Amino acid sequence: MTEYNFAYLDEQTKRMIRRAILKGLAIPGYQVPFASREMPMPYGWGTGGVQVSAAVLTPDDTFKVIDQGADDTTNAVSIRTFFQRTAGVVTTTATRDATVIQTRHRIPEEPLHEGQILVYQVPIPEPLRFLEPRESETRKMHSLEEYGLMHVKLYEDISRHGHIATSYAYPVKVEGRYVMDPSPIPKFDNPKLGDMAAIQLFGAGREQRIYALPPYTQVVSLDFEDHPFEASKANHCCGMCGATDSYLDELIIDDAGGRMFVCSDTDYCEARQAMGHKGKDAA
Amino acid sequence: MTPLLSVQGIAKRYGAHIGCADVSFDLYPGEVMGIVGESGSGKSTLLNCMAGHLVPDAGQVVFDTRTDGPRDTITMSEPERRMLGRTDWAFVHQHARDGLRMGVSAGGNVGERLMAVGERNYGDIRDKATDWLGRVEIDASRVDDRPTTFSGGMQQRLQIARNLVTGPRLVFMDEPTGGLDVSVQARLLDLLRGLVRDMGLSAIIVTHDLAVVRLLADRLMVMKSGRVVEAGLTDQVLDDPQHAYSQLLVSSVLQV
Repeated sequence: MTEYNFAYLDEQTKRMIRRAILKGLAIPGYQVPFASREMPMPYGWGTGGVQVSAAVLTPDDTFKVIDQGADDTTNAVSIRTFFQRTAGVVTTTATRDATVIQTRHRIPEEPLHEGQILVYQVPIPEPLRFLEPRESETRKMHSLEEYGLMHVKLYEDISRHGHIATSYAYPVKVEGRYVMDPSPIPKFDNPKLGDMAAIQLFGAGREQRIYALPPYTQVVSLDFEDHPFEASKANHCCGMCGATDSYLDELIIDDAGGRMFVCSDTDYCEARQAMGHKGKDAA
Repeated sequence: MTPLLSVQGIAKRYGAHIGCADVSFDLYPGEVMGIVGESGSGKSTLLNCMAGHLVPDAGQVVFDTRTDGPRDTITMSEPERRMLGRTDWAFVHQHARDGLRMGVSAGGNVGERLMAVGERNYGDIRDKATDWLGRVEIDASRVDDRPTTFSGGMQQRLQIARNLVTGPRLVFMDEPTGGLDVSVQARLLDLLRGLVRDMGLSAIIVTHDLAVVRLLADRLMVMKSGRVVEAGLTDQVLDDPQHAYSQLLVSSVLQV
């Protein structure tokens, strides 16, 4: 702990990031620019999330990191170790015990409670980016609430695939005002965004944007009257714990087309197995 | 009768150079105004000033809005002006690529304005898009194809459909037939004339092609070096040009 300031970043930087976070919380869904720092990891590995986590961590916090729902993948392990070393905080894999959870691509299955902070890693914060490449124009569209273009994307989905085929990073409207990219979480998780007890913070390091959802914010997934939003998942139950209500990963297990479905949230799956639930593929 | 659009003393300078200066005219509902002149005469500058793409240095562009009556569009707030731009106004670019989203299907292109004004029913949007493709003579089976697979003439017709789908009252056209071959031009003009008459549209057409204004425009303004040198009924100006430059313009049309 002598080599680094607490949680790696210097105090001035954390102060700057906290100001961006507070502004983001005051204007839910609005992308606040911030002076993103170089982090000791490549862009795309969660530099935005790490900076937000560093700014909100206190020495009393319990920290959890998940990547695609799992606690034991490279990204999760390296970020967890990073804060163990630079902040000396207690880490955990249990969703309920954590006070700060940094996540990539998932919201934990277990409902979060008040006092928790969920930090998302965001690759591209601008939901309109692939439709309108000009930043000057997308900012204007946000400020004037011109969101017709977002529906053009959904229209294209239906005309090409017969249904809204966007399955992750599904655009949402926050409190009837800003259209927001919820980071690449599966649309299965979209209903959890709204009315959540925990604070949700989104950090995009390369794009230098922070946005936020305060607790109990109204979040609506965009859709058409005759093609309503549907939170979809693989139509199976977990092979390890038998859960029917969790988001599943599909694993190829041999060269003969064998596959199994398991919970992407490892903590949820393990907790259920510990309680004695067993799926059909459990050893 | 209140004019639909009343332009007063519009001027735009690019530094010391004059874009257009002291242009005034009234456009009444159902009327089509042609603006002709050579390249660099300030036609496009004037059109862009009127359509809100450029801010003029002086003058007023008063539009008779549906809700509040005549309003100066230069001084109205940007959200209001942009709202006009996707409801009561339409802008047809010379190059269809500037006016279309090339990565989005034909149906999506036509539907965009509908979705921008709050339509949220996929079936309705698609029906209207298909209907409009039919009106501009694009086969309904092409509704899911991207404009990149369309010919130049089809792209231009698609752009027109995309602009007219919300039933605008005023259409700005910048060289709508530029870059198209003669037979395609003729069909496009025929189509435009039909649409303008059927929908009772008012239009301002900028072109250097006198045949286009002869077919479409009721009235004509001839511009040179940023100023209007002659204005009047189309046939009157074309058959009996008074100003030396108008005479030159009319006489320089090739006769086949």
